[in-house]
Amino acid sequence: MSRYLLRRATNAAVTGLCIFALLLALVPLVSVLWLVISHGISGLSWSFFTALPSPVGEPGGGIGNAIVGTLYIVGLACLIGLPFGIGAGVFLAERGDGPFGQTVRFIAEVLSGVPSIVIGVVAYGLVVLPMRRFSALAGAVALAILMMPGLARTTEELVRLVPSTLREASLALGVPQWKTSLRVVLKTALGGILTGVLLAVSRAAGETAPLLFTSLNNQYWNASRPDQPTAALTVQIYNYAISPYEDWHRKAWAAALVLLMMVGLLNFTSRLLARSRLQA
Amino acid sequence: MRKADLLVDQGDMIRERTANGRPNFFTRVNVGDRTYALLLTALGGAVLIVAGLIVFVLWQSAHTALATHPLEFIKGMDWDPVRHSFGALAFIYGTLVTSALSIIVAVPVALGLAIFLVEIAPSGMRPLVSFPLELLAGIPSVVYGLWGLFVMVPWLRERLEPFLGAVFGFLPLFQGPPLGLGYLAGGLILAVMILPTIASVSIEVLKKVPVSLKEGSLALGATRWEMVRTASLPYSRAGIMGAIILGLGRALGETMAVTMVIGNSPEIHASLFSPGYSLPSVIANEFAEATDATHTGALAALALILFGVTVLLNSIARLLVRAVGRGPARA
Repeated sequence: MSRYLLRRATNAAVTGLCIFALLLALVPLVSVLWLVISHGISGLSWSFFTALPSPVGEPGGGIGNAIVGTLYIVGLACLIGLPFGIGAGVFLAERGDGPFGQTVRFIAEVLSGVPSIVIGVVAYGLVVLPMRRFSALAGAVALAILMMPGLARTTEELVRLVPSTLREASLALGVPQWKTSLRVVLKTALGGILTGVLLAVSRAAGETAPLLFTSLNNQYWNASRPDQPTAALTVQIYNYAISPYEDWHRKAWAAALVLLMMVGLLNFTSRLLARSRLQA
Repeated sequence: MRKADLLVDQGDMIRERTANGRPNFFTRVNVGDRTYALLLTALGGAVLIVAGLIVFVLWQSAHTALATHPLEFIKGMDWDPVRHSFGALAFIYGTLVTSALSIIVAVPVALGLAIFLVEIAPSGMRPLVSFPLELLAGIPSVVYGLWGLFVMVPWLRERLEPFLGAVFGFLPLFQGPPLGLGYLAGGLILAVMILPTIASVSIEVLKKVPVSLKEGSLALGATRWEMVRTASLPYSRAGIMGAIILGLGRALGETMAVTMVIGNSPEIHASLFSPGYSLPSVIANEFAEATDATHTGALAALALILFGVTVLLNSIARLLVRAVGRGPARA
C-alpha cells in the first residue's frame, strides 16, 4: 500500500512541477510586456511619432524617421523577398514531391535557422561592398533573405490545405493545370498566404542585428533613396538603450512600446485573418 | 487509337499521338502547363541559389582570415584589431557557456510546460497557453535586450548573484563580484528566448504519440506520470532531442539581447558572474566600424563558423523531429 502511495505522491509532485514550469515561463512574458508598457507610455506623445531625434539634453525629439525608415526597409524587403518566398512555397506544394522538391524543402528548413547576424554579413558582402556605402537596399536584401525560407514553408502548408476535390473539379471541367493552380488553388489559399506574409513582415520589422552594418542609421528622414543609410526603429532602440543617458533610456522604452505595437498589430491581424478563414 | 500511343509524361500529363505521329489537337500538352511548371521549378531553385550565394559570399569574405592559420584563429586568445591579432577563443567560449546555460535552464521548464499542456491540462486550456507562447516568440530580440539590461541585470546584481555567491560560493562558477552583466545574464536571457522554440516543438512531438500507447500504459495501472515516463517520452525522445538542438541553434546565433547583457569583454573567466563576449556580439559591435580588410575578414570568418555550426545543428534537429512521425526511436 505504501508503494502505491509513493507512486501517487510522485505523480502529484511531477504534476505540481509541470504547473510550476508553466507559471515560471509566464513570468518573463508578463514582466516584459508590463514594463515596456508602463515605462514606455509616459514617453509617447504626438511629436515622438513625428519629430526627428534630438541631441542629448535637448527636450522633445522623436523617432519619426526611424518609424518611416523601418517601413521603408521592410517594404523594399517585401518587394525583393515576397515573390521568391511565396513562389518557392507554391513550388513545394504543387511540384515539391520529387527529390528536387525534397532538397529545396530541407534547405529552406535549414536556412530558416541561420542566425540573422550571419545574413547581415552576407548582405554586407553582396550589396554594401560593391556599392561602397551603407544603404537601405542592403538592409532590405538582408531582411528579404531572412524572410524567404519561412515564407516558403508557411505558403506550402497553406496551399496544401486546399481540398484536392476543388482541384479535381476544375481539372475535370477541362481547365489546364496552370489555370487550375492559379485561379482555383492559389485563389483559395490567398487568405492563408496573406497570413504568412504578415507574420514574415512582423518578424522582419523586429530584426536588429542584420541592419547594424547594412542600413546603418541616419539622423534624418529617408524614404525615397534606397542607396542611402536609413534609420530603423530597432537599431534606434539599441542605440538609445546602450547610451549612458537617462533621457535616451526613456526614449528606448517608448520606442520599444511603438515597436511592440507595430509587431503586435501585424500578428493580431494575421490571427484574425487565419480565424476568419477557418470559419469560412 | 492504340494503348501504346499513350505516353505518360511527368506523372499526370498524358500525351497522345494520332496514328501519323502528329499531336492530337484535343489532347496535346498545354504550353501554359509547361511554362508554369518551369516557372515554379525556377522559383524553387531560387532557394538553392540563395543558399549557394550565402556560402559563396561568406567564404569569399572570410577565406583570407582562415587560410593562413585556421587553428591559430580558433585557439587564439588575443583579439586586437589594431595590431592585426585575431584569436577567437574568448568569443567561442562565451557563446558555448551562455548557450549551455540557456539549455540547462530552458529545457526543464519547456518540457514541464509541454508535458503539462499535452498530457495533464484539459484540452480547452491549450490555446490559453499556446497564445502566450507565440507572443513570447514574437517579441523582437532588441526588446528582450532592453528588458534584460534595465530589469534583469540589476536583479541579478542585487539579488540572484549575491545569493548564489553565498550558497554556492565554494564553486569557481559562482565566485567573484556580482556585476550583473556577464555570462549568467547572457545565459538567462537566452533561456527566455529559446523557451518558446523548445516548448512548441516538444508540444508538436508529444501530440504525435499514439493514443493507444498511452491508453495501454494507463490500462496496466500506470499513474499519469508513469504513463508519460514509460510511453510518451520514450516514443518522442528523438523529437524532443531535435527540439533541444533547434533551441541550441537559436541560442548560438542570437545577437542583440546577448550583446546588451553579456558585458562585451574579450576575456575568459571561470566565473559566470564575470563579463564575457560571444561570436554574434563581436560581429554586431565591430563590423560597422571595421575599416581594414583583415578585420572584416576575421569577423566574416566568425560568421562563417557560426553559419557552419548552426547549419549542422539544424540539419540534425530537423532529421530528428521528422523521424518521430515514423515511430519510436531505436537509439
